[in-house]
Amino acid sequence: MSRARTPQARPLPGWLFVPAGLALAFVALPIAGLLTRVPWLRLPALLATPESVDALALSLQTCAASLILTIVLGLPLALAIARSTGPWAAVARVLAVLPMVLPPVVAGLALLVTLGRRGLLGAHLSAFGIEIGFTTLAVVIGQTFVAMPYFVIAVEAALRTLDPGFEQVAATLGASPSRVLSRITLPLLAPAFVSGAAMALARALGEFGATLTFAGSLQGVTQTLPQAIYLAREVEPDAALALSVVLLGLAAALMAVSGLVNRAASGVSDG
Amino acid sequence: MKKLVASLAAALVLAGCSAPAGTSSPAVASGKTVTVFAAASLKGAFTKIGDAFGAETGAKVSYNFNGSSALVDQLLGGAPADVFASADESNMKKATDAALTAGKPTLFATNVLTLVVAPGNPAKITGLDASLDGKKLVVCAVGVPCGNALATLEKNLGVSPKPVSQEQTVTDVLGKVTSGEADAGVVYATDAKSAGAKVTAVAIPGSEKVVNNYPIAATASTKDAALARAYIDYVTGPKGQAILTEFGFGKP
Repeated sequence: MSRARTPQARPLPGWLFVPAGLALAFVALPIAGLLTRVPWLRLPALLATPESVDALALSLQTCAASLILTIVLGLPLALAIARSTGPWAAVARVLAVLPMVLPPVVAGLALLVTLGRRGLLGAHLSAFGIEIGFTTLAVVIGQTFVAMPYFVIAVEAALRTLDPGFEQVAATLGASPSRVLSRITLPLLAPAFVSGAAMALARALGEFGATLTFAGSLQGVTQTLPQAIYLAREVEPDAALALSVVLLGLAAALMAVSGLVNRAASGVSDG
Repeated sequence: MKKLVASLAAALVLAGCSAPAGTSSPAVASGKTVTVFAAASLKGAFTKIGDAFGAETGAKVSYNFNGSSALVDQLLGGAPADVFASADESNMKKATDAALTAGKPTLFATNVLTLVVAPGNPAKITGLDASLDGKKLVVCAVGVPCGNALATLEKNLGVSPKPVSQEQTVTDVLGKVTSGEADAGVVYATDAKSAGAKVTAVAIPGSEKVVNNYPIAATASTKDAALARAYIDYVTGPKGQAILTEFGFGKP
């Protein structure tokens, strides 16, 4: 791997910090604005209501489930598309990340017309008595649908920049492809794996569209944090703000993990 | 000649003279615009009323349709409006309490809850009763107007159906039924009407006892109180009422 130079060795022109500061303010100000409105003193009470507790618990459970699905399905996908060439691989690459850029409601509609009771697959499942709509499973499917691309794209990018030397040496020494994968490739991918998983988890926590159009909203069953926030806006705006703080905190922590892992990984290659 | 009368009347209004009481929507407003903030459920009826009012008076009606509570938030934020029509009295009260309206609100329409089911009612649903057992029922969440109305109705009827989902808006409830995901949904009579042939409405026995009242009022910030008044008079008058009936609303 080419050695990354330290930032000090690459000074930036001073003027660049003006637009950079503007950009940071652009994203930071609305968040600061939100935080100024949060009823901090009432926060514990607002978060202790049964609605809030149920929404938080459901979000954590469903996100854990969708993270497992994301890794189990997304890792092989990332490996396959990173190491494949040709037009079909290009198509697969586009498809794999498409949910990332779909508007949330479109993702929800897509799942509805596919897995809904009258959907492409759903109609057949329904004939066997399997109905996904209005279940917790629908929430997990929705979250996995929108979150998996973040994991796939992170792992795939890391695979592309991976030094092929180690794998080639292992293979010439007689290691089977499975052994190369588990002993060489995957350990080298660890930083991208963790940072991709953190991003996917953060995205899953915020999933809204598919739940809204497909899973419904019932306390303790399908009402996740974003759903609870959306409803609380109408009923108890302070509770909506309190739940937003929780979501914001979780997302920030996950982004920090992702950033730290990336930093540590590049630090290693700095030698 | 008609044009002359119109401009004369407009001149009178501009001069600050209010039209005599009892005259229904005179042609006073050629070229002027009245901005109406109206509850989302009024969209169909008010669009038609706006066209008719415009044809009669020459005024342009500009609408902002949204949830009643969102509209109150916008008014509180200083959004310019001449008339506010709410889907319930509690949101109108929020507006009057904040001195956002001028004068007492007038009730102009009512709406009742109804069940909607797949066309032809294949599941043979008869009301909020045992016919819903094992069926997928979708309702509005408590806190939004249609959910609050349902909670009152359930209390009155002494029933407690088990929904599979409590949606944020009545549109989401309707969508779950028209897409076939749910077997039945509780919406307003007007929503059932607007969905046309995509659903069959099943009246809920006793629903007439829980009536949602729609109040309308001129805003305190209106720059043209006479035009706002003319619009409100049109809505509460025979022509406006006929259009509201056509869209499934009841009389106040």
